[in-house]
Amino acid sequence: MSRRAGGQTLALRPAAVVRGWSSVAGPMEGAGPLGERFDEVTPDDRLGERSVERAERRYMRRAVDLLLEKTGVEAGDVDVFLAGDLLDQLVTSSFTARELGLPYVGMYGACATSALLLGTGAALVSAGLVRRVIVATASHHLAAERQYRFPVELGVQRAPTAQWTATGGAAFLLEADGDGPRLTHFTLGRVQDMGLKDPGNMGGAMAPAAAHTLTAHFADSGRAPGDYDLILTGDLARVGHPLARKVLEEDGIELGERFEDAGILLYREDQDVHAGGSGTACSALVTAATLLPDLGAGRLRRALMVATGSLHSPTTYQQGESIPVIAHAVALEAAGHGK
Amino acid sequence: MERARFQYLARRAEPPKPLLSNVVRAFVAGGLISAVGQVVLGFFVGRGMSPEKAVSPTAVVMVFLGSLFTALGLYDRLAKWAGMGAALPITGFANSMVAPAMEFRTEGLVAGVGARIFQVAGPVLLYGLGSSFVVGMLVWIGLLLRYR
Repeated sequence: MSRRAGGQTLALRPAAVVRGWSSVAGPMEGAGPLGERFDEVTPDDRLGERSVERAERRYMRRAVDLLLEKTGVEAGDVDVFLAGDLLDQLVTSSFTARELGLPYVGMYGACATSALLLGTGAALVSAGLVRRVIVATASHHLAAERQYRFPVELGVQRAPTAQWTATGGAAFLLEADGDGPRLTHFTLGRVQDMGLKDPGNMGGAMAPAAAHTLTAHFADSGRAPGDYDLILTGDLARVGHPLARKVLEEDGIELGERFEDAGILLYREDQDVHAGGSGTACSALVTAATLLPDLGAGRLRRALMVATGSLHSPTTYQQGESIPVIAHAVALEAAGHGK
Repeated sequence: MERARFQYLARRAEPPKPLLSNVVRAFVAGGLISAVGQVVLGFFVGRGMSPEKAVSPTAVVMVFLGSLFTALGLYDRLAKWAGMGAALPITGFANSMVAPAMEFRTEGLVAGVGARIFQVAGPVLLYGLGSSFVVGMLVWIGLLLRYR
C-alpha cells in the first residue's frame, strides 16, 4: 500500500511500472545532441497547421498515438488520460483529450508538469484505483513566445539568462504491473519564492525550488545522492543549474557528477538558445529519450527526475509580483533493481 | 538558505551582458541604416525635391524596407545582432508594427491584426506624441511671455 513518507514524499508500494514512452521532437531539438534518441523528429515546426497552437496539439497527439503503437495498447483500454501544457486554459491538453475521448484531468505545473503528471499517474495506479494511465505533455517554442513574450519577428535581443522553450511532445504509459522501469517515489514540491522577478531568468528563479524538493526527497526517503546514478533537473539551464548546486552545497548536500539538467542536455551550446532549454516538453523529451531508455537497458540503475516550474503569468510579472516556483520529483529505477 | 544570500548568489550567477560589443554593433548598424536613408534622401533631392520635402518620401521608403525585411523574416535577425541600432531607426518602428500584425494574423483581421498591431508601437506613439504636445505647449507659453 502506498504511504506518505515524511513531509512531501509518496512512497509507492507497489511501485508503478512505466510500460512505455514516446517522444516527438521539433527540428531544433532534433538537431541537438539527443537528436538520434527521439522516436520522431519533425522536419519543420509548423506541421502544415494554420496556427502554432494547432501545431503544439499535433505534437501531443502524435506522442500519444506513437505510445499506443509502441506498446500495442488500444486507446479504449486506457482508464485515465492526464495531460498538461503551457498554454492558457491548458488548451493543448484539453483539445487532445477531446479527440481521444478518454476520462481526462488537465494539470498545470508550468515546466514542472512532466514530473507532476508522472507522479500523479503513478500514484493512481499504485493505489489500485486504475489499471492504466497515459500521461502526456507538449510545448512549442512559437506558441510560448507569443503568449509569454514577443511576436517572433520582432527585433529584440534576449538576455544571456533567457531560455528557449522546447518544441515537442512526449507521452508515458503507467501500469500496475508488467515490464519496464519502476516509479517508486513521488516528492511533491512546495511553492518557493526567493523574491526574484525577472522572467528572463527563470532558471535562476527556479533553482531554490529544485534545491528544496531535493532536500525534502532525501530527508523523506532516507536516501542520499549516492543512491542515484542520475539526478536530472528539468530546465534550470546554464544559469540555474550551477546555482541549485551551490545552494545545496551550502546546505551540505553534494550531488557531484550525477547532477545534470535537461535544459542543458537538450541543445548544443552553439544552437543559440542562450542559457538552455525550458518548457514542459524539455524535461519530458529528455526523460523519454534518454532517462527511461537507459533504465530500461540497464545503463542506469536508479534515477531521480526533478522537474522545475515557474508559476508566474505575464500579468503577475507586469504587476511587479515576484515569481513563485515549484519542483516535483519522481524516483525511477530499473526493473530488476532492489529486488 | 536566507533570501538575501540567495539573491546575492543569483545576481553573481548571471552572465554579464556584452555591453561593449552591443554598443559597437548598435553604432555600426544604426549608422549603416541611416546611410541608406541618406542615399534615398539624396535620390529624391537629385530628382529636384527640396530637402525638406524629400524627408516624407524618404521615411515612406524606409518604412517600406523595414516592413519588407520583417515580412521576409530577416529584420529580427538583423536586430538580434544590432540591438538598438536596428530598433531606433524608423525601420525598427516599422518592424514593431509589422511583427505583431504577422503574429496575430491567426486571430483574424479585427481581433488579431487590428487589435494587436500597436501592441509594441502603442506606448511609443502615446508617450512620443504626449511628450511632444507638452514640450510644444511649454514653447508656446514661452514665446507668448517673450513677445508680450
